[in-house]
Amino acid sequence: MLLRHTTDKIIDREALTINPAKTCQPIGAMYAALGIHGCLPHSHGSQGCCSYHRTALTRHYKEPVMASTSSFTEGSSVFGGQANLLQAVETIFAVYNPDIIAVHTTCLSETIGDDVNQIAQKARDDGKVPAGKYLIHCNTPSYVGSHVTGYANMVTSMVKHFSARSATRKNQVNLITGWVEPSDMREIKRLATEMGVKIVMFPDTSDVLDTPMTGKHEFYPKGGVTIPELISTGDSKSTIGLGPFCTEDAAVLLDNKCKVKFDMLELPIGLKATDNFITSLSRAAGVQVPESITAERGRLIDMVTDMHKYLYGKRVALYGDPDTLVPLTEFLVTLDMKPVYIVSGTPGKKFEASLTKVLSKKVPEAKFKNGERADMYLLHQWIKNEPVDLIIGNSYGKYISRDEDIPLVRVGFPITDRVGHSYFPIVGYNGAMNLVTKMLNMILDKEDRVCPEEKVELTM
Amino acid sequence: MDPQRWKQEVLKKYPSKVAKKREKSIMVHEGADNIKPIQANVRTIPGIITQRGCTYAGCKGVVLGPTRDIVNLVHGPIGCSFYAWLTRRNQTLPPTPDSPNYMMYSFSTDMQDSNIVFGGEIKLKQACREAFELFKPKAIGIFSTCPVGLIGDDVHAVAREMKEELGINIFGFSCEGYKGVSQSAGHHIANNALVKHVIGLTDKAVEGKYKINMLGEYNIGGDAFELERILDKCGISLNSSFSGNSTMEQFERAHMADLNVVMCHRSINYVAEMMEKKYGIPWFKVNFIGAEASAKSLRKIADYFGDQDLKNRVEEVIAEELAIVKKSIDEIKPRTDGKMAMLFVGGSRAHHYQELFNELGMSTLSAGYEFGHRDDYEGRRVIPTITIDADSRNIEELTVEADPMKFKPRKTEEELKALEALDFNGYDGMLAEMAKGTLIIDDLSHYEMEKLIEIYHPDVFCAGIKEKYCVQKMGIPLKQLHSYDYGGPYAGFEGAVNFYKDIDMIVNTSIWKMIKAPWEAEPVIEAEYAA
Repeated sequence: MLLRHTTDKIIDREALTINPAKTCQPIGAMYAALGIHGCLPHSHGSQGCCSYHRTALTRHYKEPVMASTSSFTEGSSVFGGQANLLQAVETIFAVYNPDIIAVHTTCLSETIGDDVNQIAQKARDDGKVPAGKYLIHCNTPSYVGSHVTGYANMVTSMVKHFSARSATRKNQVNLITGWVEPSDMREIKRLATEMGVKIVMFPDTSDVLDTPMTGKHEFYPKGGVTIPELISTGDSKSTIGLGPFCTEDAAVLLDNKCKVKFDMLELPIGLKATDNFITSLSRAAGVQVPESITAERGRLIDMVTDMHKYLYGKRVALYGDPDTLVPLTEFLVTLDMKPVYIVSGTPGKKFEASLTKVLSKKVPEAKFKNGERADMYLLHQWIKNEPVDLIIGNSYGKYISRDEDIPLVRVGFPITDRVGHSYFPIVGYNGAMNLVTKMLNMILDKEDRVCPEEKVELTM
Repeated sequence: MDPQRWKQEVLKKYPSKVAKKREKSIMVHEGADNIKPIQANVRTIPGIITQRGCTYAGCKGVVLGPTRDIVNLVHGPIGCSFYAWLTRRNQTLPPTPDSPNYMMYSFSTDMQDSNIVFGGEIKLKQACREAFELFKPKAIGIFSTCPVGLIGDDVHAVAREMKEELGINIFGFSCEGYKGVSQSAGHHIANNALVKHVIGLTDKAVEGKYKINMLGEYNIGGDAFELERILDKCGISLNSSFSGNSTMEQFERAHMADLNVVMCHRSINYVAEMMEKKYGIPWFKVNFIGAEASAKSLRKIADYFGDQDLKNRVEEVIAEELAIVKKSIDEIKPRTDGKMAMLFVGGSRAHHYQELFNELGMSTLSAGYEFGHRDDYEGRRVIPTITIDADSRNIEELTVEADPMKFKPRKTEEELKALEALDFNGYDGMLAEMAKGTLIIDDLSHYEMEKLIEIYHPDVFCAGIKEKYCVQKMGIPLKQLHSYDYGGPYAGFEGAVNFYKDIDMIVNTSIWKMIKAPWEAEPVIEAEYAA
């Protein structure tokens, strides 16, 4: 057994986290910043942070992930990191020439109290930021929230630094995307195009973390929201935030700053959440939903009706990020599956409220927890107490999956041992079909493998 | 391009202050008989995009990570423990289904802002108690992350108190990420703690006539398993491994070995030095990367024991193993011969893997370490001349003395003198084995890497995961030498064969030749005929 020390005896832990279902803020800020065109994310802390974050993102995307670090030493930790950041800004613009540097902090620079706002201003005042180039920042103390919080903070910082209201409003809708794959960002844009809605989407990691092999390394790939686009978000008709944990702060700030009203939705994962997204986008832009999208929806429903019996009543354990888990859980309920155990290391009361709403009627027995010590160890212990048919989450679930012989559908971050997540979406109706296909394949593969020989079915 | 010109061109891009610093870390090698000093183990310039990580990574991730029966509890915000969770591919093989193995688990105190403000010691103590209640480990290691040192949590005091309360071995590491200039400081801190808290705790050695400790071997991809196989075949007993496929008991009995052999000099030489002083165990450098190097290392060990039976047995094993290796190399070499490699990784791999490339008939045009010191380049003889800067001074230099009870010279002065050829306490470094005119670059930056590839087009570039896809987008295969691209083992004889096959595979992968679409190579639309 891989996790041989995990037993069904659950104790009330007060301090120890085991096998976390989250990581720390800065990586989220780094990922979000990669969704700006021509941007180099910069980690203001010791080298390890930047190295670990680049490594984790690289393993997940199998793509170059460029970012730089302030390379703190013990001296900078005592005297402050100003000199390091100023030196970094100068070096970066000279050597790597980005359009924009997006600085995020770390537990180190936060604990010593570096004022990044002041240092950034000094960099500008000292002429270290060339004309037409930008330096933005956000605070991402690792001891608050999770990687999701870091993503939200960087997205909010985009609004803070760029969104501006001019005299004329633009006939466009802002889409603020939560933490999803480049494939999902691409799919969201496709749906908007299909509807004939002009959007500004940020951040946008499509064509950044799913780039083609050309024989040339594009340090700044062609994707990402551009700075003029970000500036123009202040003139948009309205905003749709996709995933409250990741986008609500940004949407609120945009409303306060530029009086752009917003609609806060879950990520469009599954039938209902996608319905809500399409409806909201249709209203925001004042366009009819085209028949082609209704047909996409119809194909999803058709697939589910064809295969419903294999999904019905299946018990599922999930772990990951709130913005993914809430609509995903809702989708499982739509499919008459039973999402019985759900954990997320990301704190926030919204999570419990949303899940209670989704689960209380259909799956009253469901257990869910988020925040400190809502970890994969607890999830595994729940499974030990009463097993499930399917696990959904990142690659770390493979150890539980193997020990308990329960199939794992890989959704979330990081996925380090399979490919496809960055190319094939899980959002929208097509994404939902991908999800259903993945779940069915896992469930039916196991059925084919373990059922008695005389029960093997050719047609399912 | 002449390497000297390459260097000048590359430096031009940097701001002058940066160029001045980088200038000393980039060197055109003048040959083994004219080894010049290179700047190494100095601070990375902020913003330059480095390969390096932090002290915590070197301590927890590298040295202590591969030991299966210790609960490694990370005191800090969640990220540090998360990123070091199963990410280094240290394999381990517990002897029975019930044997302790905590390597699949990530333990953290998940510090919150209140812990930063009011201190995290109470939470840390409680976490130790909970880990003990749930796992009943025989030891807990506590690893400090950046904020811990800054807020002044005393992990060592907590460790002492918890050791007393729980009755198991508990010890701390002050391996905050900001210490030192790279992972290297973390290796040193880990070495110190093992000497202070673990080595010497039990006098029950492994059974066997020839007992050695293998130092600086981390069982990435199963390397240690292959070395265990070879040693076993030769009749040499592995008393302890630092730290691939290891247990706490192995560390505790390390002082009972007859000999320490050192694989990765950078990460573990401190333990070897201290054990020699404290217990009288001689050490020398070995290298089991490369079939010929492995044979040489086995002979060195046999010569040390001096027993004719052992020497004969070792020769038999070498003959048997090399026959298999030769079959493989005869088949593969025609496809790899004459190709060119570059290696930028670690503190020993960029040196040792050149052996394997040599066996494939491939030359190394450029190499450098990510966190090596000058002695790893120029040889240990330069150690007295290395300036100790502020960053190194911050890392505790443990003073050990001969243990009054346990010090026992393994050989007499005369015996050691007679064995001088084994080069005790010696390591000649990377440069002694590199050709004149090669480019040596310490702490390679991303920019320098792109320029190397752009100008020299190596057939294979060896580095880590952060570099992998940048290089591959440029159409050049990258071999990861930290994780082996999830393959291996590459050590020993079977490992050599695995490596040959993998390099053959990547330098001859068909898809690289298909990057251009047919219509990019030539127009596909033919002129239309006029009606």
